[in-house]
Amino acid sequence: MTKGIAVTGMGIVSALGLGIDKNLKALTAGKSGISNPTILKTRHSSLPVGEIELKDLELADRLKLPSNHSFTRGALLGSIAAKEALQQAGISKEDLIATGFISATSVGGMDYIEKYSNNFEKEETHRRFIRAQHPGFTTGQMATWLGLKGYTTTISTACSSSANAIMLGARMIRSGQLKRVVVGGTDPLSRFTLNGFKSLMILSSEACKPFDEHRSGLNLGEGAAYLVLEAEECLGEKKVLGRISGYGNANDAFHQTASSETGEGAFLAINRALKTAGLSPDSIDYINAHGTATQNNDLSEGRALRRIFGDSLPDMNSTKTYTGHTLAAAGALEAVFSLLSLQQQKIFPGLNFNDPMPETDITPVTTLKEKNLQHILSNSFGFGGNCTSLIFSNNGE
Amino acid sequence: MTSKSLMIKSYVHIRNNKIFRNGKEIFALESGLETDFLKQAYKKLKLNYPKFHKMDGLSKLGILATAVLIGEETVDPTTALVVSNSNSSLDTDLKHFESMKNIVSPAIFVYTLPNIVMGEISIKYKLQSENTFFISNDFNGHLLKDYSEILMNSARAAAVVSGWIDLKNEEYDVFLCLIDEKGNIPFSAEKLEQLYRFENE
Amino acid sequence: MSDLRTELKESIIEQLNLEEMEVDEIQNDEPLFGDGLGLDSIDALELIVLLEKDYGIKLNDPAQGKEIFASINKMAEYIEAHRTK
Repeated sequence: MTKGIAVTGMGIVSALGLGIDKNLKALTAGKSGISNPTILKTRHSSLPVGEIELKDLELADRLKLPSNHSFTRGALLGSIAAKEALQQAGISKEDLIATGFISATSVGGMDYIEKYSNNFEKEETHRRFIRAQHPGFTTGQMATWLGLKGYTTTISTACSSSANAIMLGARMIRSGQLKRVVVGGTDPLSRFTLNGFKSLMILSSEACKPFDEHRSGLNLGEGAAYLVLEAEECLGEKKVLGRISGYGNANDAFHQTASSETGEGAFLAINRALKTAGLSPDSIDYINAHGTATQNNDLSEGRALRRIFGDSLPDMNSTKTYTGHTLAAAGALEAVFSLLSLQQQKIFPGLNFNDPMPETDITPVTTLKEKNLQHILSNSFGFGGNCTSLIFSNNGE
Repeated sequence: MTSKSLMIKSYVHIRNNKIFRNGKEIFALESGLETDFLKQAYKKLKLNYPKFHKMDGLSKLGILATAVLIGEETVDPTTALVVSNSNSSLDTDLKHFESMKNIVSPAIFVYTLPNIVMGEISIKYKLQSENTFFISNDFNGHLLKDYSEILMNSARAAAVVSGWIDLKNEEYDVFLCLIDEKGNIPFSAEKLEQLYRFENE
Repeated sequence: MSDLRTELKESIIEQLNLEEMEVDEIQNDEPLFGDGLGLDSIDALELIVLLEKDYGIKLNDPAQGKEIFASINKMAEYIEAHRTK
């Protein structure tokens, strides 16, 4: 099996807090970040969400931005996470120049358009956000602030976006097109998505219960996470946090938003990831499921998992009970959580679970579990049938 | 990893109320009762796919373009989709904002993601292949070429539909090409840029 | 009575973008979902919106839709019993 692509840095912001340490602490303690929205001004304030309890002003302060900055919340969250990743990877200023940036977002700067679009004519000061409606703008702002001058692009494929960004980055390093790349994604909470998901009637009025028989929908969340990937010849003495050993993407080709009953897209994506990694299903030690807790996803994903793993389903759970569903950022957040599991050799407890779905009889891990973990599968399935699976492995495998 | 020689088999442009296949005009909006370009094209090209009418502008453009691109040929089921644009799903996003003022329409919200067009294409042609959607300021031949190459060289796809589907303020700009090993035009970033900029006389 | 059914058919054709359908092609007892008109889950959600917008009926559980939207007749019966507009 060829070695996977090395991860030398990671950074994250989520409802669990800013930075790896805060997130690790909460995961280990089984403490969820889901609450009612206080920062986002919405009439749906009784809905549980994974909100980051910091105002944009406070986030901008942390980044020491000038007062006339035009960073939207997505760019603020993303910059904090990406900065942490770059610092951990110890990329020098000179090396940053050739470092690529593949960032994912679905909301982009839409939250600022909804905040200010009524005022653009009256308030001159807010016009600087007009450009923010363009998702590529968020990426561009971040790249400039971070000093990244290499290959830069934005991916937008719904909830699998940042997983696809990670996959693209890994592929470009493998094919020699890039030596270093920062990959991940960011999405803020917004009325746009809250109202939209509400109209699809898949939001739960309580904390979400992935894979539970009585699950009633998802909780939206916001967050950002980035990984630094480097080619073998760049590693030197650097600490390798883990490796991306497998990746797969497939379209479910069933419906714009619902997944097929047999989980075809998921099945194909997982299989393709196993194939790239040269692994058989029994090599997987833990699955970080997409597990949004909607009726449809968990059934579809559950079926796909049974089709691949049969009765020998590895330990699994969904970490969306901690952060909510962070849309385009989900794949990257869960990549960080998977890498943390590998580093700690622990599976963090799944929350809010009582009864397994009768159709698939899957019971997630619900307590903190120490275990020898070599390979972790992480799933991210998006609207538009876009299904992506990633496999993270220990260094030295 | 062997490097395959990739070729452009066919290409389509949709702009200024016209549709071109391999550089030749095959449809132009006609004056008459039906003034909607997309509807007229759908009828004229005999698409016979009622789901078309439920889609948003971006998805309609994508379905029209792939129908013209592929024509009557059978599509290899591993044909990947590598699509890009500048304005994401902005056209529909704005409609969603409007609907937020009253009762939100789920059918509109569903299309507030640019990759849904790839979902619609996948559903129509039963493709369970790889899909990626990029956002960039302008058409980027290098980006599309690099990624299409990776997909075909890693044997993940026997063919790729790659290009640009953009819509803003009712102005659309579509350029898609079908890439495989058997076409006539050598596939390169420069050729993509050149074909994209093609101007009809 | 029959006016409501015609009104519903017109609304459905418009709201769900059933471009190639005419009012007289939809039978009152024909299943709207599954094989009948071939509507899907998003269409069901749009019908829930229609109930609220045009008839002031608010449905909070999408599962209720299965029975209510079984056919034009079933829809009309439900609306007649619950409409507030």
